[in-house]
This record gives sequence, C-alpha cells and structure tokens, in this order.
Amino acid sequence: MSRPSSLHLAVALDGSGWHPAAWREPQARPRELFTARYWADLISEAERGLLDFVTIEDALGLQPAGYSEPAGPTNQVRGRLDAVLIAARVAPLTRNIGLVPTVVVTHTEPFHISKAIATLDYVSTGRAGLRVQVTARQHEAAHFGRRTFPRFSVEDQANPAIQQLISELFDEAADYVEVVRRLWDSWEDDAEIRDVATGRFVDREKLHYIDFAGDYFSVRGPSITPRPPQGQPIVTALAHQSVPYRLVGRSADVGYVTPRDAGHARAIVAEIRGEQQAGGRAADTVHIFGDLVVFLDEDAGAAADRKARLDGLAGSVYTSDASVFTGTPSQLADLVQDWQASGLSGFRLRPGAISHDLLAITRGLVPQLQRRGAFRTAYEADTLRGLLGLARPASRYAIATS
Amino acid sequence: MSKPLKQIHLAAHFPGVNNTTVWSDPRSGSHIEFSAFAHLAQTAERAKFDFLFLAEGLRLREQNGQIYDLDVVGRPDTFTVLAALAAVTDRLGLAGTINSTFNEPYEVARQFASLDHLSGGRAAWNVVTSWDAFTGENFRRGGFLPQDARYGRARTFLQSTWELFDSWRGDEIIADKRTGEFLADGSAGRFAHRDAHFDISGSFNVPRSPQGRPVIFQAGDSDEGREFAASSADAIFSRHSTLDAGQAFYADVKGRLARHGRTRDQLLILPAATFVLGDTDDEARELGREVRLQQVSGQTAIKFLEQLWNRDLSGYDPDGPLPGIDPDPGENTIARGRASVRMYRDPLATAALWRAKAESEKLSIRELIVEVTGRQSFVGAPATVAETINSYVQADASDGFILVPHITPGGLDEFADTVVPLLQERGVFRTEYEGSTLREHLGIAPLQPGVSVPRAAAAPTVRAAS
Repeated sequence: MSRPSSLHLAVALDGSGWHPAAWREPQARPRELFTARYWADLISEAERGLLDFVTIEDALGLQPAGYSEPAGPTNQVRGRLDAVLIAARVAPLTRNIGLVPTVVVTHTEPFHISKAIATLDYVSTGRAGLRVQVTARQHEAAHFGRRTFPRFSVEDQANPAIQQLISELFDEAADYVEVVRRLWDSWEDDAEIRDVATGRFVDREKLHYIDFAGDYFSVRGPSITPRPPQGQPIVTALAHQSVPYRLVGRSADVGYVTPRDAGHARAIVAEIRGEQQAGGRAADTVHIFGDLVVFLDEDAGAAADRKARLDGLAGSVYTSDASVFTGTPSQLADLVQDWQASGLSGFRLRPGAISHDLLAITRGLVPQLQRRGAFRTAYEADTLRGLLGLARPASRYAIATS
Repeated sequence: MSKPLKQIHLAAHFPGVNNTTVWSDPRSGSHIEFSAFAHLAQTAERAKFDFLFLAEGLRLREQNGQIYDLDVVGRPDTFTVLAALAAVTDRLGLAGTINSTFNEPYEVARQFASLDHLSGGRAAWNVVTSWDAFTGENFRRGGFLPQDARYGRARTFLQSTWELFDSWRGDEIIADKRTGEFLADGSAGRFAHRDAHFDISGSFNVPRSPQGRPVIFQAGDSDEGREFAASSADAIFSRHSTLDAGQAFYADVKGRLARHGRTRDQLLILPAATFVLGDTDDEARELGREVRLQQVSGQTAIKFLEQLWNRDLSGYDPDGPLPGIDPDPGENTIARGRASVRMYRDPLATAALWRAKAESEKLSIRELIVEVTGRQSFVGAPATVAETINSYVQADASDGFILVPHITPGGLDEFADTVVPLLQERGVFRTEYEGSTLREHLGIAPLQPGVSVPRAAAAPTVRAAS
C-alpha cells in the first residue's frame, strides 16, 4: 500500500442533485430515486473516480428542509429512502469506496445506530462511517411526538433562546457520538474465543459495560454487535459556526465546513484545531473538508448557463450554505489546491445536478488533479480509515485493562 | 382424494444466539461476517425458499449476574443485514424481527418502506415487544411502562406504522420534466395519529413501497394473539411443530379467519422447525443424538435447570440426579434477557414433572435436559424428512416451515440439495419463483393502493422478543 492521498475527495449524494430543478435535467432519472439500481449506479461511478467516500443525505421529514412545516410544493423531489439502508444495499456491490450515511441523532437511539453502523462496517468490510446531524425542526419533532421545539425561521437563529436550544442539541449529539463510540469499543477485538475446552464462546472479561450517563440519556451496554472491522468507523459532521465546530474538534474524524474563501477556510481550521486541542485530541487526525456545490462543464460559460437555466426552471436563483462553484474542472482544481493550502485536507463536493456533475467530478476533476499529482491514481487501502490515513485504534477498554 | 395438493412454503432462519446453534462444530463459521449471511441467503434462494428470517436482540443475556457465555453471543443489526442481502439475492423474501418497545413508528416505518423499495418488494416484519427494564437500560426511554401498557403500546405502534405506509397511495410521483410537476398531490404523506401512547402528525417521507407495506408476521400464541393474526397478519411464526399440536393450532387459527372476512389462504401458519439429515434414518437418529449432546453440554444443562429453578445450581453435577430442593417460586431473576424463562408459568409443577421423568427413566440432569428441551423436529434420511414435511402440510398441521439449521452458515446446504428436490418431484414445492415479491411467493393477494390498514378494528397483539 502506498501513502494515503494528501487530498481527499467525497461526493454528497442527495436525490437528483442539490439544485431543486436538477431532477428535470435531460439525463436525470427522477422516477428511479427510490430504486437500488439508481444508488448503486451513482456510488459505483464515485468509486470509478477513486473518491474516498460518498455521503448520503437523509432527514426525518419531507423535503424541502425548511424550519417550518412544508407547504407542499409539488415541483421538487420529495421523499427519501433511509440512508443507512441505501449504504448497506450498495456495500456488497462496491469494493473500496467509503459509505457515509446521514443519521439524525436528535430523535434516534444511539444503541441502534451504533450497531447499524458497525454492521454497515461488516457488510462493507471496513468502509463505514456516519454523518451525524441534529434537527431543531418543529415538524420533524412532531413525527416522533416525544419532544417539542419552538417554531422559528433561519433569521431567528441569533435569538438567545434558539441559540441555547441549538447548543443543547449539539451537546446531545456529542453525548450520542460518545455512546456510539464506546459501544463500538465495548467488545475487545479478541472477545470471541470459541473455547471448546471450557465451553465458552466469548471471554466475558473482554465485553464491557459502557455505563454512559448524561443529561439526555443513559446507556448500559455492551453492544450486541462485536467490534466492527475498522474498530472505529468514521464519524463526520457538517459545521457552520462555533457550536458545531466544537463537535467536530472534540468528537469527529471529518468535519465539513463552508468557507467563503481561502482566508475564511484558514480561520475555520484554526478554530476547529483549537477545539481539538482543548478536547485533548491534539494528536488525533481530524480532517477538515470544504463543502462546495459544483456545476462543472468544459466551458466555464456553459456551466454558468446551465445553472442559470436550472434557476429559471426552479423560479429562483439557487444559493446554499456552501459556496456555489460554476466553472471548468481545471478551475475547480485550482480552487481546491488553493484552499487546501489554507489547511483543508479534503472536499465534499455537492453535485448541482447528479446526472451531469457527478460524471464531471469523476471524469473531469479527478483526472485533472491526477495530472497535477494531487490525487490518487489507484485506491491505496481497502478500508475507509486506511484511505483517510487513520490507523485502526485499539479498543479503549483493552487499553484500560492492559 | 379430491383435495388438491397444497404447495409448501419454506423459509430459512439464521441460527440464533441460543444452544440450538452448535458453535463448537469444526464446520461452524462466523455468525457476524456478511459472508455467512450471504451464504445462507443464497442457499435458501437456490432452493427457491420463500424467505430468510433474522431474529433480533437488544441486550446480551445474563445469568447469575454475568454475561451468558456458553452460547453464540452477539449479532449484527437486522435492517442493515437485510438491506445488504437484497444486493446478493434477487427473489428471496427478507424478514426481520423488529421490536416495538424501543423504536418509534416513524423511524421503523421508513426503515421497512426503504427495505421494501431497495429489495424490490421483499420485506417482512415480525413485530415483537420487550417487557423488561433490563433491555431498557440500553435505550433513551428505558423500561418505563408496566407490562400491560407495553402490549397496548405495541398494538398502537403497529397501527400507526400502517397509517404511515398508507399515507402515500403510490401514484403521486409523476416526475414530469416538461411541466415541472414532481408530485401529482402535494398532500402525499400526510398523517396524524393520536392515542394513549402516540401523538404524532406530519408527513411521512418514503413513497409507497412495492408491497404497500412489509408482510406482517405475528408470533403470539395467546387467544388475543391468534385473534389479531386472524384479523390482520399475513403469516404466523408458530412454535407448534408436532403433528397433533400443529393441527390443533392450525384449525383454531384458520377457523377464525372467516369472522374477519378473510379466506383461509390469506394467513399462513409457519412453525419453526429443526432437522437432522443422514444417509439412512438410523444414521440420522445417531447424528441427531450427537447434535443434542453438543447442544446440551453439562454446563448448559445446569444453566437450563437454573432457569427453571431460579437458583444458583452451579454446585450440582450435570451427570448426577436432579436437585432435591424446589424452585424458588418468586420473580425469576437468575436469567435476564431471555424470553424462555417466562414459558415456565408454574415452575413447581414443571419441576415435579421433570423429577418424575428423571426418576422413572433414570436420567441425569444432562440427559433430562436433552430430553425435555429442543428436540429436533425432523430426523431422517432426505426421503423420510421430505415425506414427513409434506404429510404435515397436507394434513393441515402447517402451511410450511421456518427451518432453523444448527450450523452457521452451511447448515441448510444439505437440505437444499437433498430434501428440496424430493419435494419438487412430488409437485408440492416450486421449482422456479413465479413472482418477484414476497407477497407473491406466499400467495397472498396484493394490497389495494392506499390500503394496508385492515377494516377490522381488532387489536393486534405481539409476543415477547425471544
């Protein structure tokens, strides 16, 4: 195995793409969004492009993902399949690419998700991760009926009460990640002994209660699923401000951030490194990926025109939390290398229209970066941790008892 | 004989975390690696089985205050394995036990609807509930309801998931690129469900799946459970694998269907069954005896006895006589995370029966446990087993069987290679899949678009997780 690529690339898959009119592109397959074949095709294409991993968006409510109850627009893709199950369905059909489904932590059980991602790691033989997401959306809470959130809009986010709520949701997410990680470690690697002489299948000294007790939940453990192939699958999170930067720095392996420019990227990286240090993780590798929505064509004008045409179909100019890039693969390669110099170690690219821009990434951007010696020309590892240059950690409980 | 031959339904149960599964055999492989699940599923599909079944566990079992280490321990996540198996099989149904106590309807409904989409209509759900705070210690909600309230929650849980499945009719997505209309109906997915346990409303975010909803399995044996199955379930996962008990159960449950406006072929009765094959009946019997001894070691025999006695019996010799002391009649606290302990409703009476049997047949503890627990359902040469299975089905003791191999993952191979062809020769088991969905394999009618909630208002009931 050669050295891990110094630049890491992921693609963020969501429906037909991130532009609300992407499903109307000539090559788009909107009637296949709920089939296994569609997702297998996309992820296989990402694997042909040697990408580190794909993320799969998810939510516990119907799109569009506003903060108020969906008004019921009929001109956008609505509905999704469970992202963990999409990843599992595609895992046996792929060999190298990492599979990182979104998991909403606010309304789900850390015990279930820990074993689901551990099992995704088994069915993919070491290529699993998850992207943790919180939700303060009132209408999604109503789908569960167990907690209520105030109704608010994006503009209200500076309101102290809303800030407090968001802060608590991220604290809960940090506890959630802690529980998920402890459960992954709760079986030492050699706990299964199958000792015929003594009749013991496991060495119970190597199974550990995690005994987590926090403000939001407590979990006893151990997991019912043995330690996954990677030991610790990859934990990722999207972050736009200080509260989630703290989650990335203290709990994640990969953070996705949304810089406006190289200088902004540098500032974000510094803030996350500070949290990493404060959290006692200075020695750990925490990758910081820049998120970009991309519209790519061999002619820069064509890319801009295509986006403008989609905007026309949608009836509004598409903007995003992440910077929106329109241009050529070569121009994107320039930007990637420029921002990489500011401390980002990778990028998560959100294809504006999957039917066009996924291929433009795998068959345009990737060869461009390869020609510059900036991206791998073959997979150098067969686990996601390996692709990201992360060693397989020992179980924390094995360390504690040795 | 004017009665036409019934077609047999067969399913494979992935070996469980109990002593039926023999892990000490050199042929025993991983029960966690995906290749083991793929092997069993592909064997079942090669043999044209109706479905593969995965059980679930949410807390490692304990006995005498320690994690129970004599049986296979640990298993992967049910949904995740079933979704992955959809990639390596084409037609095989994919059935899983999912608990209603430690989940929420919205999440479970979207997981099953997703699995049904991703498998092209092959998903099935065996609904169970857990009672114990012991399992609850792994979950946010803990063990917060009294036992009878958990049954009530389970009933309305199932009801609310059916409302979610029905919230999309199946014709809403038009995705007309020219007009820009993705949905024909902006209200698709709307739901509201309010009762003593749930107050949920909003929009379900998975469009209607190929089967409309997963095939529903019911595993309860109580009168209430039978009544629910007769009103609403598609199949019963029963324990009655002997001829007499099977016929009595079958007649009772099928007899209830007409009252719910259903025909006898709309509910399948599928007992779990174990088997041992040999070249001859004698050889199979000998093998069966060896397997029983592998399944019941001296240590395991003592543990079984403790589960009934509700006492620490570690000082007893498994090759000696039964204890002179009686079971502790109080709440069973010795074994936790195990549904079987609740089967001993009258421990003193059961202990008296066991003692009488051991004394009259001069059985040691281990020999007694071999006799009174987990005997194989079908033992014999392939022709004998094929004949027995067929005769049970034709005699209305069942509509088929859910076979539980005792070896992972190759324990079904011989059955697929030797027994299935004999059933096919008799014309009682398919030689090719005729349909693509599990409902089609089971011969149950497709649901009408937008309707999966039964008209009958019978309250569903579910049994405890095992």
